[in-house]
This record gives sequence, C-alpha cells and structure tokens, in this order.
Amino acid sequence: MTTTVVLIRDTDSGGADRTRDVHDLFTQKVRDAGLQNEVQVVRAADLGIYNKGMVAKILPQGIVYAGIADADVDDIVTTTLAQKMPVSRLVYCGANEQVRIVMRNCGIVNPECIEDYIARKGYQGIKRALYDLTPEKAIEELKTSGLRGRGGAGYPTWLKWSLARNAFGDRKFVICNGDEGDPGAYMDRSVLEGDPHSVIEGMMIAAYCIGATKGFLYIRAEYPLAIKRVQKALDDAYGTGLLGKDILGTSFCLDLEVRLGAGAFVCGEETALIASVEGKRGTPRPRPPYPSDVGLFGKPTVINNVETFANVSYILLNGAKTFASIGTDKSKGTKVFALTGKIRNSGLVEIPMGTPLRVIIEDIGGGVASGKKILAVQTGGPSGGVIPEQHFDTPVSYEHLLELGSFMGSGGMIVMDEDDCLVDIAKFYLGFCVDESCGKCAPCRIGGFQMLKVLEKITDGKGMPEDLDTLKRIAQAMRKASLCALGQGAPNPIISTMKYFAEEYRQHIVDRKCRAGKCTRLMRFEILDTSCKRCKLCVVNCPVHCIAGDREKGYRIDQEKCIKCGRCFEVCKFEAVARS
Amino acid sequence: MESTKEMSVKDQVKAIAGQWRDREGNLIMILHQIQGKFGYVPREVALLLSRELDVPLATIYEVITFYNYFKLEKPGKYNIAVCMGTACYLKGASQILDAVKDLLNIDEGETTPDGMFRLDAVRCLGCCGLAPVIMINDRIYGKVKKEQVMEILAAYKKNKE
Repeated sequence: MTTTVVLIRDTDSGGADRTRDVHDLFTQKVRDAGLQNEVQVVRAADLGIYNKGMVAKILPQGIVYAGIADADVDDIVTTTLAQKMPVSRLVYCGANEQVRIVMRNCGIVNPECIEDYIARKGYQGIKRALYDLTPEKAIEELKTSGLRGRGGAGYPTWLKWSLARNAFGDRKFVICNGDEGDPGAYMDRSVLEGDPHSVIEGMMIAAYCIGATKGFLYIRAEYPLAIKRVQKALDDAYGTGLLGKDILGTSFCLDLEVRLGAGAFVCGEETALIASVEGKRGTPRPRPPYPSDVGLFGKPTVINNVETFANVSYILLNGAKTFASIGTDKSKGTKVFALTGKIRNSGLVEIPMGTPLRVIIEDIGGGVASGKKILAVQTGGPSGGVIPEQHFDTPVSYEHLLELGSFMGSGGMIVMDEDDCLVDIAKFYLGFCVDESCGKCAPCRIGGFQMLKVLEKITDGKGMPEDLDTLKRIAQAMRKASLCALGQGAPNPIISTMKYFAEEYRQHIVDRKCRAGKCTRLMRFEILDTSCKRCKLCVVNCPVHCIAGDREKGYRIDQEKCIKCGRCFEVCKFEAVARS
Repeated sequence: MESTKEMSVKDQVKAIAGQWRDREGNLIMILHQIQGKFGYVPREVALLLSRELDVPLATIYEVITFYNYFKLEKPGKYNIAVCMGTACYLKGASQILDAVKDLLNIDEGETTPDGMFRLDAVRCLGCCGLAPVIMINDRIYGKVKKEQVMEILAAYKKNKE
C-alpha cells in the first residue's frame, strides 16, 4: 500500500498561522477514518502558493486544494483520502503562468542517459531537418518561429544563420556560448546540467543549416558538473551514431567538442569568445566583419546561446507555428529568468514573453521575503538597468525592457527591497564591469574607472551636484565609443538608477545621507548613554581608537577621528550604539 | 632523486602537450590540464610548455594572466571562495567575507602562513538561489550566516594534521 502524504500550509500572510490547528484536525479525522497507517499529514514550510488561505497538497496524486475551511477537512478525508476521488469545489488551479519550452526536460529526463532524451522525442527535430527539410527550408522555419537570440541582444536567429549560410568559406563552425558570466543568472547552467542533449540537437540543426562540420561548446570552467554531463552526452551521441560521420544515414557529418572558459566575463561577447576558443586572450575586436563572415579561425561562424539552441530543437520538433503562438508580436516564445535577491521564492522561472513583471515577482516569486516594501528589480546583469516598482505592469519583452532603459540580458532578475541602496548597487555593478574590462579600448578602461571614482566620492559623502553631469558625460562617451557590449552597457545601471531614483542621489550628495544605511561613510555613530552598560566592547573593537571615556562618565565617539566602519554598532550587545 | 622528479614533470608536460598538439586553439585547454595536475601553473612548467609547443613564453603568460582561473601561485590546501555575485552581495556576502578574513587573519587573494587556507572573493558561483554562498574546494555551502562561518572553518581546521 503506498502512503499518501498531505502537505498543509496556511498561506495567508496576515493573522494567526492556522497551520498547526488544521494539522491537528486533519490528523484527528484521518485517525477517525482509520487511515493513519496509509496517510501522513505534514506541515510544510512553503508550497509556492501565497495568499490562498489554507492549502493542502496531496501526494503522490499532486492534487492541490486551497481555501480550506475546517468543515472541508471531513470531505477531503472521506472523498480524496478514502475513495481517491477529488473534491472538485476545492481544487486549486493556479493561474499556470509558467510554460516550459527550454526547460521542458529538466528534472524529467536523466541528463546522463541519452535513451531518456530520445524517449521524449529527442533528436526528432534534427531527423525532421535532415529528411524533410532543406537547410533553406529549416532556416525559413526558424524565421516563421520568430526566435531571437537569448543571450541578451535579441538578434533574429534565422538571420544570423542565413548570413553564415551565404558566406563563403571552406570550413564553417558552430559555437554554443555557455560562458554564463552574469552574476545572478544560472539558467544556462541548469539546461546544460539538466538537458544537455537538447542543446546538442540545437547545435546539430544549426550546423546542418549553415553547412558546418565542426562545433564547440564553450562552457565556464566554474561549472564542473555541466562540463561532465555535456561530455557524457557527447560521448553517448557519438556512441549511438548521432555525431561523427554520416549521421542518421545521411551525408551530414558533424564533430562537437567541449572547450572551457577560464573566468573572464568579457568572453561572453562573441568576438572575445572566438579568441578564447582559439586559445588566445579573450579580447573583442571591432565588428564588422561579423562572425557570420569572419569568425573562428577566420571562417564563417554561428554563435548562439545555450537557451537559444534548446529552443531550436523544440521548434524543429513541434513546428514554428506552435512556438510563434506563444509570446508577443516581436518577442516570441518563452524566456527563462533567474529570480533572485530579496524574493521569497528564488529560482528559475520560464514564462511566455509578454508576462508582466508583477506576475513574475508577486505571483510566481511570492513577493519580498522580508515583507518589506519592494523597491525595484534589476534585469540584464551588469549591463542592464533597474526597473522601479511603478513600472512592474510592463510586459517582459526585448522592446519593452529596452524602453525602460534596461534590457533582457541573459535573464538575471534581481529583486531589491527598501533595505537596499540604489547608489551602492550601481557602484557594485560598475565595480564588476571595471574589474572585468579587458582593457583593450580606452572608453571602457578609463571611462569605467573614472565613473567608479565619482561614485565612490558620492558614497563617501564628498559628492558635488555637478558630479551627476560628469557621470552622464562619461556614460555618453562609453556608450558611443566602446568596442563591445561590456563597455557600452556598463553605464546602464548608473543611468537607469539616476533616472528613476534621482532622489537617492540627491540625498547622498546634498543631505549626505543614505536612506538604507548601506553607505556607512555617510552614517553618524553615537553611543546612547542611557542604554550603555559600560562593557567597553566598542572601545576594544574600534580600529582607530576613537572611543574614549570611563565607567563613570560613559563613553563617547570622537566624530572627527571616526572612520564610520560600523564596528561598534555591530559588536554592541545592548543596542546602545545609534546609527543615523 | 631531484632529477627523477624533474623528469616526471617534463614527461607529464610532454604527455599533455602531445595529446593536444594537433588540435587548433589548444593553449587554454592545455593550461587547464596543467592546472588540474599541479594546482597552479609553475614557472618551470610554463617554460617547458613553451619549448614543447614552440610558443613564446610571453604568449603563454599573456593567456595565464588574462584569465582569472589560472593561478601562478601555489594554492592552499583548502581554497575558500566567497561569492560576491549580485544576489549574494544583496544578502550580505561582504559580511561573510569579513568574517572569514577576521577568522583566518588574511586578506582576499592571500594564503594563511601554514598554507592551509586561501581566500578569494569570486564573481557568481551560479547558485544564486542559495545566496549567500561560499565554496571550499568543491563543496558549496548555501544560505550561510555570519555566525556559521566559524563552525564551517573549524571542520577543516581539524583536518590539519
């Protein structure tokens, strides 16, 4: 007899938590029905459903009931648990916002087992391309689907392929960009680890369309499991004759190989990535010529992101029309986002293009974990922008995000609440870009550094109103003159925070205050004589010895000497150090 | 004794280089294998490699110094990587980093005098759902609290022998 498990949770955030009471009631009713040996009632910490009253999830059936009143428990026990029938009036059908295309197999197939993937209609897409479609027709199919590059810029995939197909070259290459460097994004890792064959199939289709015979999967060295699984997948594909010579009985030949990244963010840029695959320093070069004409080893090359390739195999399998029916006018299909930061439910979500930000953050993500006010969401990683709360009803698509001064990027989505200081965040992102700048072109190398210096000045409380103009001027120059997207995008976090949170910058510069208390240099620390217990912990811990006094008179902080490190505030056990 | 050891290093480099010699754009992959074997890229190995591949030493160093992943110094027995990606940063990674620095009395990019621990602040380990994250050798610790750092490190300090 299989055991049935009932997970219950009171999902209303306000009022008393009824979980325990209902749990007891449930257990009692189960015992009354004599089912205690088959049914286990468990209080769950989180079911991923919010503000729907008392929720019960019945496993293994997977039935979810919401808004359960005490009187309903009887019904659930007698109907569902005893007779295995659902109680239809209570069944919860969450507005199923998520659609899984890229992650269709993640968590379902065994990623180290090619048979699993084949059983889920794997490698049917390449079979269809090889037998039923010419390369031109397959590219046409992609055009109908409206698929655009998922690496961030959103360049139409079919156009890239068609250019590479028409370019002249004795050899052509296909590269999968798995150098997922954006801090806060990890969807490519999940696809490579969870469903490597879908990416390989996508690459095979690309190779067939452009006439490539060799391909590389460029994966971050920081992702050892992804590397291992992709290697296993390649070995299995060779073993079953899906790679190598005369694939599936046709004249199509393709060799794929894994190449490792080595920790350089700029290698996500396509020309830098090409240099890295060639074994050189990963620095970008001016475009044109584009890689579709002059790419790897000087030959026509198609580079697509992991997520794009996973989409390609879906499109060839299910048809372009199915894919194009999802999404908005100009942005088709789905996008995977890595929802992180101050969110209750952090993780990967895959939503159709056009879903409003609010649905992602509040319905899927469950809002801010701390219950504090949500301030903004950052998309697009270090080259993206910050979107304030008043724009959360904007649908997610390439165009709409661009309009707001952010961009799609690889799909990091970082939620910030009122404890975060936007000037500090802007400084953080810029610091990242300065660190990762390859140093080849001056606008990025010098401009980024100078902007960082100005921002540091502001967060140190030495900012001047004219600094904002300086920032804007440098940003303009970097956007126009940088060689690659890293430098062009680096000012985005600053410009977008200056646009939406001008008040915060004003506070830092004019009032010399940081609302969130993140910029400690703008803080003033004082010892509250009434709460101070004279334990001297702050005196001992102060790195500059600026706290003086004695047990009788109490202790004082010498504001002239204080370096605002906040150490006294942290160590005080009696909350006797005030921070303002 | 010394000479046999020399020989074996030379042979190892030869073996790695031989395996990749005919493949295009092999330098980064070779360096990955060398670092996998020695833990870092020692100068004498880089020299050997330069002769073996007939590539100028400058070209090899150019690549090593460009990429963060390649190390020119011997790593510690336990390498601590504190993630400073956005999600971790928002959730207080700098405090975790400070706690580790305080406990081990070293700065980022330094190794303890006994060679036990090396500390690095890194950009995103790709498990933002678990933020803040630290990684010690290949083991990931997620949702780390400042107070837990001592406990985590203590387990490694025990293995000192």
